This record gives sequence, structure tokens and C-alpha cells, in this order.
Amino acid sequence: MKKQDRTTPSGYPLRRKGLRKHHRPGEMIIQSLLVIAAIFSILTTLGIVYELGKEALLFFNLPGLTLKDFLTGTSWQPHIGQFGILPLVTSTFITSFIAMLIAIPLGMASAIYLSEYASPKARNTIKPILEILAGIPTIVYGYFALMFVTPLLRSIFGNDVVQIYNMASGGMVMGVLILPLIASMSEDALSAVPNSLREAAYGLGATKLEVALKVVLPAAISGIAAAMIIGISRAIGETMIVAVSVGAGPNFTFNPFKGAETMTGHIVRISGGDLSYDSIDYNSIFAIGLLLFFITFTLNLISQRIVRRFREVYE
Amino acid sequence: MNQVFLSMKNSFNDNLSNRHRSGKIWRTIFIASTFLAIFILSVLLIDIIDNTAGYVALKADVSPDSLAQGGVALEDLPKETLVGILQANLSQGAFNKLENEKSFQQRSHSNVYDLVVERVVKYDVADSWSLFDSLLKSAEIKAEAVSDYPDAELRFVSWLTPGFISQPQSSHAVDAGIRTAILGSLWTIFITILAAFPLGVGAAIYLEEYSVDNWFNRLIRTNINNLAGVPSIIYGILGLAIFVRALESFTSGAVFGLVDPTTANGRTILSAGLTLALLVLPLIIINSQEAIRAVPQSLRRASLGIGATKWQTIWAHVLPNALPGILTGTILAVSRAIGETAPLVVVGAATAINFDPSSPFSKFTVLPMQIYQWTSRPQGEWHHLAAAAIVVLLIMLLSLNAFAIVLRNRSTKRF
Repeated sequence: MKKQDRTTPSGYPLRRKGLRKHHRPGEMIIQSLLVIAAIFSILTTLGIVYELGKEALLFFNLPGLTLKDFLTGTSWQPHIGQFGILPLVTSTFITSFIAMLIAIPLGMASAIYLSEYASPKARNTIKPILEILAGIPTIVYGYFALMFVTPLLRSIFGNDVVQIYNMASGGMVMGVLILPLIASMSEDALSAVPNSLREAAYGLGATKLEVALKVVLPAAISGIAAAMIIGISRAIGETMIVAVSVGAGPNFTFNPFKGAETMTGHIVRISGGDLSYDSIDYNSIFAIGLLLFFITFTLNLISQRIVRRFREVYE
Repeated sequence: MNQVFLSMKNSFNDNLSNRHRSGKIWRTIFIASTFLAIFILSVLLIDIIDNTAGYVALKADVSPDSLAQGGVALEDLPKETLVGILQANLSQGAFNKLENEKSFQQRSHSNVYDLVVERVVKYDVADSWSLFDSLLKSAEIKAEAVSDYPDAELRFVSWLTPGFISQPQSSHAVDAGIRTAILGSLWTIFITILAAFPLGVGAAIYLEEYSVDNWFNRLIRTNINNLAGVPSIIYGILGLAIFVRALESFTSGAVFGLVDPTTANGRTILSAGLTLALLVLPLIIINSQEAIRAVPQSLRRASLGIGATKWQTIWAHVLPNALPGILTGTILAVSRAIGETAPLVVVGAATAINFDPSSPFSKFTVLPMQIYQWTSRPQGEWHHLAAAAIVVLLIMLLSLNAFAIVLRNRSTKRF
């Protein structure tokens, strides 16, 4: 094999021995400034881990708090020494689950329609509309959940069944928020499947649906799985919808029509007032934040891994 | 042999209609799901518009009829009489304050009248109805208003008025506006751009033009992708710990001797802007990288070939050609920052302020924060205000996005 010159992504040849040019301090200074700009992103991550870790450690050092209580206790009342994070975690997962119940089927169906069925013209109109849906600020969705979906649910299931603040409406609206994300990422994955696969299947007599579901979908499964995991991670980290419509107190319940408080919603409510430094509340938001960061970070990493490892490479 | 083929052919034919039927059914399902999303979007927009106007039942502190003099309605009274009413009903201090802001001689008649309505009559909302209800069930609403609020005045109002945009926040729903919030948003975004744009573009240039494929640069790349997926509230917590607390002397302006007397802590516009800058930085980097990557190699080689240095090549050829893409990406990232609420709640956006921010070291509120505040209140009139503020926010975002699209379409070069 011929030895290739090493290059940067944009194809600059790297300096080779014997071709050394003028020493140019100006160029060096600019390059170092650019490196510093790039290092800022790493500093941000380190900052997140360090600050969350430091303050969370103070929280875990509180008397009467053990990690086991933190992870398995079912009551979150830090002021009276009950440090169970479960109520916050369960409601986070319930709202995210409801969101995915909406977002995955609808998002997948839209993706298949856009990539396999829609004419180029239809695709060019519908995709921007979905992007608008994704670009609406989450506080607007929160308003929509509280002012429209909750009254709707209450009129369907009855006022005594559905509380004003409930997990169902927040979760459903969150599903609408995530739908475009899943649709557009899955559509990218489906469109990336080469046409020769589709044509081969048609040649064997498959119908359009069979091509879409049995040939294209499996070939794009890594991208689709990644989209779903990113969607879940978005749902878990989503804040304003749940802060507005889901509730105002930690509540250990599995009933979606009841109010509860998610991790993010709790952080927003606690820090709404002027939070005094080094209070239990102040430290607790860092502990919750650390858990949140850990969960979403892991999900994002898994998603990237899936894309890299299971991607079908054609040609 | 023939037998087998025939039976296969038969079963193929038998199945064919089934397969086509299920194909049609699923096709309908796919289309329906796609249009369901569009339908929800329209319901959302209609619901918001529905709340931006409608009937309100207004209760006056001092009825305007009782202020009318000699059979002349309040609004037709001469300016001097209106000033007299103000003087009689306000405390001396409040009256002098108004005089000091702008003397009554110079104020117009309508301005003084507005002051009388705002300060003396003081309308309060007893009840409010949505636009469609007001249009379709106007008779019922009128009857309800008469029976429930006999001393209130029923009026059809639009919550979204020029006054709504130009007035500061107020505790009376009728007078409340979003001027403070809009100014706060603009200040914050200005700082965000100032910090994130150079850093983001710089990082993108490094990654695309300078970096070699080694562990360090791979780490930076992976890290940027991961940062783009971190929930925004985490950035809020980071901003609280670093900008508000650790760098308090810097973000409150103490280092520069510019402490705003109303703030005196780190919960300032500067902290908010920097927090949002961290939030949009990964997006700007990723978008700029794509724009730089799209500049063709031939340009770089031609430039290098005639003896330009690397930076000269980048500055004179790569960046000008990538700029439209970079700007489009930045505008999209900024429109994300304008709509962010959660990190700013944590950083400490003030809940109720009614004076304009005057420097980066001022206390602040932003538009989404104001919407959050109003949505969280139980009384219906605030929800109408929130809807009106949402319309303003959406118009701001839409025009930004339209600008980005125009920019992209006008400057797309084909090489």
C-alpha cells in the first residue's frame, strides 16, 4: 500500500521534513487562539462535572443521608431528612414514557412516509413544517399543555379523575415536541439506504410496504435506534413543559392523571426564588442535576455508539 | 413439479390482494400520522390566538362615571381638569414623581387621560373569555357578566396591543406589558452572541482546518457532540455555580466598579448571557464546521499554491465563502437561545421587575420567563397576557428563521 500523506480534514498537507518554511509567529499565535477556542468545549464539560460533583458531594455528606436512601427512598423532603429521589425519578420516567408512546409511532410513521412515499414536493413542504414544530420554545408547549390538553383530558375522563396538574398532559405534549426530532433523524437514516436495495426487493415482487418495512427499515435500524435514544434523552431533560403542567410537589405515584414532580421540574421550582448558597435546597439541585447529567450523557453516548458500531456501510 | 409450481402460483395470487390491501392501509396510517403532527401544530397556534383577545369584565376602583364632571364624560374633560383629578386622588409624592418624569404642561391630553385611567380608575379584571367564545357565545357571556358581575363593565379587548409591547410589567393585568422582558431578552442575546460567536467559529476553524486525527481532537469532537445533548437546565446549574457564584465580582460588575445598585449580586444579564453562550456554543461549532467543510478544496489549494499562508487562505478564502452558512447556523442557534427558559430560571431571572435594564450588570427578566410567570398564575387574565407574549415571541423567532432561510438561499454558491 502506498503511504499516504497525513492531512487535516480539509486536506491541508502536514508539514514534512525538509520543507520547513519561514518561522511565522503570527500564524502560531492565531493557531493557539483557535486551539483555546476548541478547548473551551472541554472546559465546559469539566466545569459541569466538577461543579455538579463538588456541590453534590456536600449534599451527600449531609447527616442522615446514605446513597441507598437516596436511590431507593420513596419520599423527597430534604428539609425533614427524607432524601429518597425515587418520586422525582419515577415521574421523570413516566412522563418520558408517555412522550415516547406518542413520539415513536407517529415519528416513525412520518419518517417512513417522508422517505418512502412522499413526492419530493410534498417532502419539501412537510419537512419545514415539522422543523417549525421542533423550533417552538418549550415554554409555549408548556402553555399548550396546561391551557389546552389538560382541560381536554379533564373533559374526557372527568374532573375528579384528572388533576389540574398531571403527568399525562405534560407527557403527551412532550411527545409532540420530540416527534419532529425522531421523524427527521429517522428520515435521514431511511433516506441513506441505497436505492439498489429497494430495487432488488421490487424485482423480487415485493410491495411498497414490504420494501419499506422489511428491507429499508432493517437496513436503517441503527440510525432509527439512535434517534429513539436521543428522543428519550431529550424527554428526560425536558424542563419547561413539565414545570408548567405536571405539578408542584414530589409525589410517588404511577397514576398518569395525578400531579407529580420530575427531576427537572423540581430544580426549576426550587431555584425559582432567590436560592441561598449552601442551603440544603441549593446543594440538592446539584445532586439531582448530577443524576440527570449522568442519565442523559449515558443515553447520548449509547446512541453515538450504536450509530458507529451497527451502521450498515454500503459500497 | 408442475403441481408445486401451480400451488405456489395460486397461493401467490391469493395473497396478493391481501398484501396490497395491507399496503394501502399502512400507507394511509403513515400519511395520517404525518398530518396529525401538522394538525397538532395548527391546534397549538389556534389555541394561542384564541387567547389573545376576547371579552373581559372590568371592575373599576373609582368608576369613570363618578369622575365625570358637569355631564361631560371623563375622556372628554379638558387636560387641566384631568390633572386636577390626578392631584386630588394621588398622594403628593406620586404626583410629584409624575411631574418630574415629564411636566404636565408638556404631556398630551391622551397621555394624561391614560394616567388617570391607570392610576385613579384602576381597572381590574373580574373575569375574561377567549376569542372564539366571545365571538360565538357573545349573548351568553353578556348575560353571565350581568348576573355575576353587576358593577363590572364588559368590554371586548385585544391583549396584544402596541401598549402591551411598550409598557413595563405591572400588577394590573390591563396595564401589564412586556417592554422590560423584550429589552432583557435583547441584552441577554447580545451578550450570548458576543461570547459564543467568536469562540464557536474559532473552534470550528481549528477542528476543520488545523486539527490532526489524534486522540485529543477526537476527544474534542466527541465532547462537542455530547454537549449538544446535555439538557439545558444543566447549563443553568453550571451558570449558577460559575457565573453567578464563583465569578460574582465579575458578573455583578464589582471588578469594574459598575455595580448596579439594584442588583449587587451575580444574578445579572451578564451571567444569563454567558450561560446561554455555553448552551449554544456546541450548536454554533457544529453548524460552522459544516459550512467550512462545504468550501471546496480547490479554493484552498489555489490560494496555498500562489504562496498564501494557511491563515491568509482561511481568512481571505475559506471564511468569506463559509460565512453565509456560519451566519445561518448562528441565527438558528440564537433563536434557540431566545426561547430558552429553564437555564435562566436557575441562573436567577428576576420574577417581577418593571424598570428597563440599563447595563449588563442589571437584574433582568426575559420574554420566555415572563410567559412562564404569567402562565403559572391561577387567574385567567394572566393567561391571556401569556398568550399575547407568546405571539410576540413566536413572531420574533419566525422572523429570525425567515432571515436565516433567505440568507441561505441568496448566498448559496455552487462550485
